Amino acid sequence: MELLSGADMLIRSLQDEGIEYIYGYPGGAALHIYDALFRQDKVKHILVRHEQAAVHMADGYARATGKPGTVLVTSGPGATNTITGIATAFMDSIPMVVLCGQVASTLIGEDAFQETDMIGVSRPVVKHNLSVRHPEEIPEVIRKAYYIAATGRPGPVVVDIPKDMTTPNERYEYAYPKKVKLRSYNPAIRGHAGQIKKAVDMLLAARRPVIYAGGGVVLGKASDQLTELVRKLGYPITNTLMGIGCYPASDKQHLGWLGMHGTYEANMAMHHADLILAIGARFDDRVTNATEKFCPGARIIHVDIDPASISKTVEADVPIVGPVDAVLKEMLSLVKESKQKPDADAIAAWWKQIEEWRAFHGMRYETSDDVIKPQEVIEILHRLTNGEAFVTSDVGQHQMFAAQYYKFDKPNRWINSGGLGTMGFGLPAAMGVKLTHPDDEVLCITGEGSIQMNIQELSTCKQYNLPVKIINLNNQALGMVKQWQDMNYESRHSQSYMESLPDFIKLAESYGHKGVRIEKKAELESKLKEVLAMKDELVFVDIYVDRFEHVYPMQVARGSMKDMWLSKTERV
Amino acid sequence: MRRIISVLLENEPGALSRVVGLFSQRNYNIETLTVAPTEDETLSRLTVTTTGSDKVIEQITKQLNKLIEVVKLVDLTEGAHIERELMLIKLKATGSQRAEIKRTVDIFRGQIVDVTSSVYTVQLAGDSEKLDGFIQAVGTSGVLEVVRSGVSGIARGEKVLSL
Repeated sequence: MELLSGADMLIRSLQDEGIEYIYGYPGGAALHIYDALFRQDKVKHILVRHEQAAVHMADGYARATGKPGTVLVTSGPGATNTITGIATAFMDSIPMVVLCGQVASTLIGEDAFQETDMIGVSRPVVKHNLSVRHPEEIPEVIRKAYYIAATGRPGPVVVDIPKDMTTPNERYEYAYPKKVKLRSYNPAIRGHAGQIKKAVDMLLAARRPVIYAGGGVVLGKASDQLTELVRKLGYPITNTLMGIGCYPASDKQHLGWLGMHGTYEANMAMHHADLILAIGARFDDRVTNATEKFCPGARIIHVDIDPASISKTVEADVPIVGPVDAVLKEMLSLVKESKQKPDADAIAAWWKQIEEWRAFHGMRYETSDDVIKPQEVIEILHRLTNGEAFVTSDVGQHQMFAAQYYKFDKPNRWINSGGLGTMGFGLPAAMGVKLTHPDDEVLCITGEGSIQMNIQELSTCKQYNLPVKIINLNNQALGMVKQWQDMNYESRHSQSYMESLPDFIKLAESYGHKGVRIEKKAELESKLKEVLAMKDELVFVDIYVDRFEHVYPMQVARGSMKDMWLSKTERV
Repeated sequence: MRRIISVLLENEPGALSRVVGLFSQRNYNIETLTVAPTEDETLSRLTVTTTGSDKVIEQITKQLNKLIEVVKLVDLTEGAHIERELMLIKLKATGSQRAEIKRTVDIFRGQIVDVTSSVYTVQLAGDSEKLDGFIQAVGTSGVLEVVRSGVSGIARGEKVLSL
């Protein structure tokens, strides 16, 4: 057996785990590990400019590929800088392992230089965290970390590694475990057959059914199974912001996404449904609006890998705990076998009603002859990229416009911070995607507020040649904050203006990239075409859009699913 | 409703903080908490008493089960069970009070475990209500110090919480 130092065991474990990229930033407590990294070339390290960005990069990679991302940082500030990124991944159930250096075990608790209790600090925002107590444990700890991060309901796992665990001159026998034993962690591998049967009977008897799919379908790689079941049933489907792409948006059975800024027809269909099949979704407050008014006539079937997600906010009539792909597959075969067929008349009447809703509103906005509307930027981008781009976003109005007007037909292509709502997510996430998808178009749709929260990563993009396209929908204000102030605070725009914005073109150029400014509507499409033609360049596109635009539809606060503002003046 | 949740937990550093953290992080209430290793040194047994609606209690048990270090748990209040709490209480005991306290201790089947010329230290075990009742009976004015262990519980009959 081979003898390796703790640091070498760590890197070797990553190799044996099949880790291709790690994103990170060195520092004192991680230096033994960085030295081990230097002496090999299988695991590639991407040096970011701020640790938060390393986590978002790993996150973007994980969302696009479905594989866990990996981060390496030092102790103290290096570790605490990752927290926002970890919380972002936690809220959206993204698999990830964050390796943190720590001061030597002999110094822990003494307020040593760059010491932070990372296990304690990260505890509320991780799926689990582990600390290394002996160098020999490293391979097992690493195996456990990836196993926990990627199985069941995925999530981030932090590994705390005191410096003396990686000392170069102490060597131990290395063997990477094939399996891990965790007596207290056994995620469900299939749903309860009786419950699934009951659910299928209810589905086939429904008169006004809606399928409500969430991010769990994307994470559970169950888009194909879902699409097949929905097409077989012929029922309407809506999905959450996190579920975008789990079912083709261009398909006629798709109602768009639901909730606070969802489509009129999706929210209306949910409110009037008699049966809701929720799959890999968690009935969060941005979907349900006031839970006591939520879908009064609907019985609810809820499929989720996490039992704690079921009946947390909205009571389920038929709970099914299991992996979404396996449950959907079983449902599909039961639907095919069943002698019972959906009530064709009832379903036709239901579709007629839905089509009326769709015709009444649909997604629309007022266009202007001279001012660029943010929505049309997205529509043009969708057209120019054939709907095939990977789109990351930051948080705010631009995020909602991107999600509403870029119609995704495939999963894993819409990448945003849905749960935590982290500004600064978009650019590093786009970098993580571009690194592993060099031939695909990767757009970061952002605003002048969000982009400045991780703007320093333009430097990383130069170092590693990551030609993403940054689409800055510049309305010179924190648009969503301003929208809420318009609607709820009599337009008192407290601190929602961005004064002294930088010249983004010069800023991009100073990092060695290209910058393009678009101010006139007439030049919008032609300039965007030029930008997309610059395949090998990162282009920062600063687009001056309507400063007064609001995102609609918008659900009325504390109302039911069907209570919405459709424009600044129409309320239903 | 008041519930007693009994948990088998990996006996590892940090496991307890995860349980306690979960309660504060999700705004659940802890009334009492006891924890000690079991006969299997890899496991600790933790008992927590809490209050909440059925929905909240369901979430508490589900969220506890999600913690990697939680091996098994049971809501003891769902079935017949025995609950006990230990109290040590120091009482002012002079003159005629001494005989009176002794009588009350006997009625509650407690023991006086330490005596000075002016103080009795009493040991009492029972359910929480019994301990409350004792304090009420001796009167709070004579109480110098109270220490209570928090509730431990176990199911009645054949039912056991084990691996």
